[in-house]
Amino acid sequence: MDHVAQLLLELGLLFAGLSLVGSLARRLGLSSVPFVLVAALALGEGGVVPLATSEPFIEAAAEIGVVLLLLALGLEFSADELFVSLRHHGPSGLVDLLLNALPGFAAGLLLDLPWQGALALAGVTWISSSGIVARLLGDLGRLANRETPAVLSVLVLEDLAMALFLPLLVVALSGGGPAAAVAGAGLAVGAVTLALLAAQRQGHRLGRLLASADDEQLLLRLVGLTLLVAGLAQSLGASAAVGAFLVGLALPASFAERARAVLGPLRDLFAATFFVAFGLSTDPGAVLPVLPAVLLLALVTTGTKVATGWFAAGRDGVARPGRLRAGTALVARGEFSIVIAGLAVTAGVPELGPLATGYVLVLAVAGPVLTRLAEPSGARSTAGLPEAGNGGRRPPPGRPRTGAETSPGG
Amino acid sequence: MDLEETLLPGIGVRYRLRTSAGEVLGIVVRREGGAELAVYDRRDPDRARGVLRLEPDEVDALAEVLGAPRLTQRFADLSREVPGLESGRFLIQEGSRFAGRPLGDTRARTLTGCSVVAIVRDTDVVPSPGPADTLRAGDVLVAIGSASGLQELAAHLAGPA
Repeated sequence: MDHVAQLLLELGLLFAGLSLVGSLARRLGLSSVPFVLVAALALGEGGVVPLATSEPFIEAAAEIGVVLLLLALGLEFSADELFVSLRHHGPSGLVDLLLNALPGFAAGLLLDLPWQGALALAGVTWISSSGIVARLLGDLGRLANRETPAVLSVLVLEDLAMALFLPLLVVALSGGGPAAAVAGAGLAVGAVTLALLAAQRQGHRLGRLLASADDEQLLLRLVGLTLLVAGLAQSLGASAAVGAFLVGLALPASFAERARAVLGPLRDLFAATFFVAFGLSTDPGAVLPVLPAVLLLALVTTGTKVATGWFAAGRDGVARPGRLRAGTALVARGEFSIVIAGLAVTAGVPELGPLATGYVLVLAVAGPVLTRLAEPSGARSTAGLPEAGNGGRRPPPGRPRTGAETSPGG
Repeated sequence: MDLEETLLPGIGVRYRLRTSAGEVLGIVVRREGGAELAVYDRRDPDRARGVLRLEPDEVDALAEVLGAPRLTQRFADLSREVPGLESGRFLIQEGSRFAGRPLGDTRARTLTGCSVVAIVRDTDVVPSPGPADTLRAGDVLVAIGSASGLQELAAHLAGPA
């Protein structure tokens, strides 16, 4: 078979398979990330369908996937939201860092990873999946709950912290000493501050420069600018991902809304390719031996995340049930844990691949299940599968909502 | 009345309204334009139950129902005094060419003879706005003018960029 035909067939099968896996995940009310990872583990070397021809394409697309993921992350929150979160929940962010990054770092050292690998593992255990959590809150009808601002603030602060953590990690992984790492972090702090200030003062100019009534023009300008900045950042020894994140951050909120809508499908496609590439680069046989360590780490960092949410919601004066809901909602780890692990694997710490894969597989599934259990028993039975199955949009008309509504005294 | 506003990063804004009857109404306005209305659990006042989800067009319809009579009431008196003078409300749509631009850019008076007398923005009202006041998507312009002028203004504001 000729090369092009082979490539197209492989990619066609891949995306069709991803669609099946994704719809299965939605039906179960879970994120598709762990399912895509499992599917990718089954492919590749020694897998059911060897992806020989399309591998170079998948690898290139995966790089773009990371860039688009981070761009979308930067677009997700406005500078105002960052400042407000920092003011109200700065201490929660600090608790989050200490409680969740330290176990990862310690585990990395205990597992004989180099300290750079341990640093990456700290990032893996630290960052909750804002994608999974935000969708979960919507699906469970918790957006109006009193603990929700605390949960979202923790997510925002983590995402902001990523902009500082990633350059630090990249410098560390590239073999720089502590001095280089500090310099890298300093540079990152400067760049993030500059991007935020630029967004506040001059953001509307950048927005006007990129804005176009035509979706195609908008997409080309946005992706063009982002890839340019990302490439530049990469060539300067920072991470391309950070450059993309800064672009997203610097764009004004008025523009971000449309950018999100236009960028969404493209991001989903390339991000899925990134998860596939990560799964492909991981040897499924290497996941099993580290499973006990992964489970133990998942157990510990589930506890620490619950404590984080408990603390953050407590600062808003939320009572015990709400604090438990906040804590369990934050447990899910997902896409950004994989982004961090991906950086480490590419930089020559391959041992992190199976660890992070197993860890995300466990917590991307266990987190949503756990927080459903934190709903009061009357609501639990209906808050689960059917509602999540329709994508968190409007529930079918006439479907009874929660049992608690009709129960006496409820 | 006790209305509390909380920012929900990445989602939108949450309002909590404690009514004089002592009940609490939760309103989440999503930045995409949808909304959720909720009441709170008696046993766990932090928890929303009975969440009602509204799509953007349903939010507009609800806002129209609740907001229109009170606002137009104010201008109804004025319209009665001057025969032929009418008032109208115009939503600046998402993606409108005037979103993010100053009011003066609409050239409403030059082109249609209508005067924009107020901008309704969420729960705020900007009375007697000047040409430099920036319009945002979701703003509702309250304008007075002749019936035909108001029609022209509606077409002008909704026109393609």
